[in-house]
Amino acid sequence: MEINRIVELLKDSFGDAIIELAETKPDPYLKVNKDRITDICSYLSQEPQLGFDTLMILSGMDLGDKLAVVYHLYSLQHKHRIVLKAELPKDNPAVHTVESIWQAANWFEREAAEMYGITFIDHPDPRKLLLTEDWIGCPMRKDYVYPESWHGMPLKRPADEK
Amino acid sequence: MVTNDTKTGESGIILTTADYAINWARSNSLWPLTFGLACCAIEMMATGAAKYDIDRFGAGVFRPSPRQADLMIVAGTVTFKMAELIKRLYAQMPEPKYVLAMGSCSISGGPFSKDSYSVLRGVDLIVPVDVFVPGCPPRPEALLEGLIKLQGIIKKRSIIDKK
Repeated sequence: MEINRIVELLKDSFGDAIIELAETKPDPYLKVNKDRITDICSYLSQEPQLGFDTLMILSGMDLGDKLAVVYHLYSLQHKHRIVLKAELPKDNPAVHTVESIWQAANWFEREAAEMYGITFIDHPDPRKLLLTEDWIGCPMRKDYVYPESWHGMPLKRPADEK
Repeated sequence: MVTNDTKTGESGIILTTADYAINWARSNSLWPLTFGLACCAIEMMATGAAKYDIDRFGAGVFRPSPRQADLMIVAGTVTFKMAELIKRLYAQMPEPKYVLAMGSCSISGGPFSKDSYSVLRGVDLIVPVDVFVPGCPPRPEALLEGLIKLQGIIKKRSIIDKK
């Protein structure tokens, strides 16, 4: 199905929650309201003519003044794809999990959570994925402040400091 | 009567120094730890396989336990999470023990030496390194060269040295 037709179907069901379709190359992305993300995703996966059965990747983004979560969806049955982007405010970046719709989201969300500080509400396993449990800060944020050392090991070689 | 084809132990005497004999044994039976961290480990495996055959230098017995190993070849990127374990593995190895830092990553952090939050900038910051082998990754010949250099270092040591 063409991307514009998919967007029309979504607009019929969700109205204002579908903000705009950005015509970027190679994949256009669809901006959506973060509060309706679970409804939109379950519609996309349940509706037979859409049939988005695969979450290819879920990633976090730092846009400077706000954060974003990007969902790359694919339908193995219909061979069409869509990219959703939900923008979150930086002071309280929280979005509902889509783990109950696509289990692949479990680790993707854990990674986005530790790297960008995004809270995924109702996530079944909200531990850190790659970082250690005592890690401070979100390394992929643009305003991340590097620590001097980690467990007594320096982040710079002594000769590099000049 | 003593002949050459019977081994009675009476056929001859070899005179040498204890240092020479011990260093000869140590340098020609370096047992490395099976320890690969990244792509350098692929080159290390190639060095161990038939074409380059690290066994020619007596260092082909890759041990699965640090308690049986003499040489730790740090082959790959050392992250902070792994650095904790490298310290422990090094502590578990019996004396005398040697460390060979293989590749840019374990020497200085390599491509991760700037702006990385997770990579240790050189394994010499946590364990003493005897030989550095540069390259990204080093070719098997380079690793063998490093091994021969390490054998040369061992052959110069004395059992009286405290170090």
